[in-house]
Amino acid sequence: MSQMRVDQSQCILCGQCVEACPFAGVVLGEESIEFTDSCRLCSICVKACPTGAIWLEKTALEPSLDLQEYQGVLVFAEQRQGEIAPVTYELIGKGLEMAKQLGHEVAVCLAGLDVQSLGEKLLTYGVDKVYLYDYPELEYFRIEPYTAIIVDLVSRIKPNIILMGATPLGRSLAPRVAARLRTGLTADCTTLAVKDNGDLVQTRPAFGGDVMAQIVTPRHRPQMATVRYKVMPPAEVTQPHGKIVHCQAEPSQLQSKITIHGFRPHQVASSITDAEIIVAAGRGIGKPEGLELLENFASLIGGVVGTTRPLVEQGWASYNQQIGMSGRTVRPRLFIACGISGAVQLVAGMRGADTIFAINTDPDAPIFDVAHYGIVGDVYEIIPRLIQIIKEGGSLDEISQVG
Amino acid sequence: MHFIVCIKQVPEGTEVEIDEEKGILKREGVDSKLNVYDAYALEAAVVLKETYGGTVTVLSMGPMQASEVIREAYTLGADDGYLLSDRKFAGADTLATSYALSEAIRHLPPADVIFCGMQTTDGDTAQVGPGIAELLELPHASYVSKIGAIRDGHIELEADMGDGIEELQIELPCLLTITKDLNQPRLPSYKLKKVTEGKEVHVWDSKRLAGANLEYLGLDGSPTQVERIFPPPKAQTKELWEGNPQELSQRFYAKLKELKHL
Repeated sequence: MSQMRVDQSQCILCGQCVEACPFAGVVLGEESIEFTDSCRLCSICVKACPTGAIWLEKTALEPSLDLQEYQGVLVFAEQRQGEIAPVTYELIGKGLEMAKQLGHEVAVCLAGLDVQSLGEKLLTYGVDKVYLYDYPELEYFRIEPYTAIIVDLVSRIKPNIILMGATPLGRSLAPRVAARLRTGLTADCTTLAVKDNGDLVQTRPAFGGDVMAQIVTPRHRPQMATVRYKVMPPAEVTQPHGKIVHCQAEPSQLQSKITIHGFRPHQVASSITDAEIIVAAGRGIGKPEGLELLENFASLIGGVVGTTRPLVEQGWASYNQQIGMSGRTVRPRLFIACGISGAVQLVAGMRGADTIFAINTDPDAPIFDVAHYGIVGDVYEIIPRLIQIIKEGGSLDEISQVG
Repeated sequence: MHFIVCIKQVPEGTEVEIDEEKGILKREGVDSKLNVYDAYALEAAVVLKETYGGTVTVLSMGPMQASEVIREAYTLGADDGYLLSDRKFAGADTLATSYALSEAIRHLPPADVIFCGMQTTDGDTAQVGPGIAELLELPHASYVSKIGAIRDGHIELEADMGDGIEELQIELPCLLTITKDLNQPRLPSYKLKKVTEGKEVHVWDSKRLAGANLEYLGLDGSPTQVERIFPPPKAQTKELWEGNPQELSQRFYAKLKELKHL
């Protein structure tokens, strides 16, 4: 069993590890530090120790299988009623980039009923193969048959990497596939890169806070990752060169204990996801009335209002408006952050915006690290003036009357 | 009927700082509250218990202090609580966590419905619920936003698929992950708090999971490994404007105009 170790003769009881530990996993003892049952073996204390007294003693573990046998990228193509989820094209774009680096192929798994034409459409994005499972039982997403066919395909083609959209469907399906294959899965990756040996380097925000973690799956294949919609650029349409492979599924693989009765599309489905301009409110606006001000401002410039998680938790805004890891990812042309401190949780959901403005009273707010233009000031002093200036068409004379 | 709810203790705030020189984390406070989505999952289970009869068992994994959230669950209507606590569980990724919880569930009386919150607020992965369902070979539905009747061994549900609401029916036993649209969790009951004050929290170490493969637990049982942590990358072009509100508003306007957003 892997465990944290400390060299008692080196430990000077300085307490820097205790301070650095985010989990209260280490305390000062009599002779040296001691690890508590809250320790998560994250090794942050190893870096914090000035004398090098701490190390993680790792059990030597062998790969679970022959890693080199697994090659290429498999993208799961999510579709509903003949519509391909747009995140699929983004996954293909990333898949092509990584496969090219290794000289591997990109394959797509497509499941549904009468989806031949979708398969042909997917080929125009430059993939090498589309593995098609066309069965009435696959018309609607149901967890057991979808899991079964992906696992079946993995056993046939042995992909090195599997990419799925971090959509509600993907986030339900991917962990199930990963658990059956007993392999690693990293949720909501913000960047993906592949090493020349085929190892996938996955980056995502971690520990619920302002840090990014680089995650690898060194001993297992395939390496699985989910990626949010609008985090990566889509593949471009090209002259198709790939082919469609029709796959057979066993009746036992198509069985399900789930019956789908119907589907009601959301009225304002993903209005912030598709918006070109977003005015976003954070805790710094202080009162629910601040949202009215920002609504006015947003409608004036042709945008919509999004918010951070705390505002949704306080009931000031609906979940459909929530931006961030636990809400929606957005990639607008213009993003204006109002009273947002800039936790990684939020930033992960908006950093893809083309231009980011941020207004915050605290010049040290982390949001200024991601903003292209940071405005140190009070939202209630800036936005009303800006509204007035826009309404007046930029006349300087009028501005001076505002204050 | 028997309902099992998987719950987790998570940090209160998400305020974390990183020391760039050393590449280490500094965080105020530690795990202290019940993951918010788990409160909705527990409420869903307690409502089903009140409707159909039966018991609600809560299950968690973490250090000894995580027994606090099990005590909290007692004040919210849970009848029994189990905490998996052992250094062998430490450093678990979502698969190793799913494995430990699923093995514990095998040692509890058979469940009709297992509930999880749709995700935790510290990990945000939403992977543990579906992972448990797979390891127990149960059907599952994620993002359940409404629960209807249980009848003829099936449960009627609605699930939020992001672009719309799916109406479905799933055979029992099954696992459901719960959104905040499902209900409004009740407040802790003072009466229950009094009654359950001395109530035991069953603490299980890895030895209690007879038949489990110990190599699948904790850090060693985790296929994913954190290679390094680092501060988020900063914007390439960056300007910080200071001044009085009038100047700032004017400059803001001019820049929006220049970038053709107006």
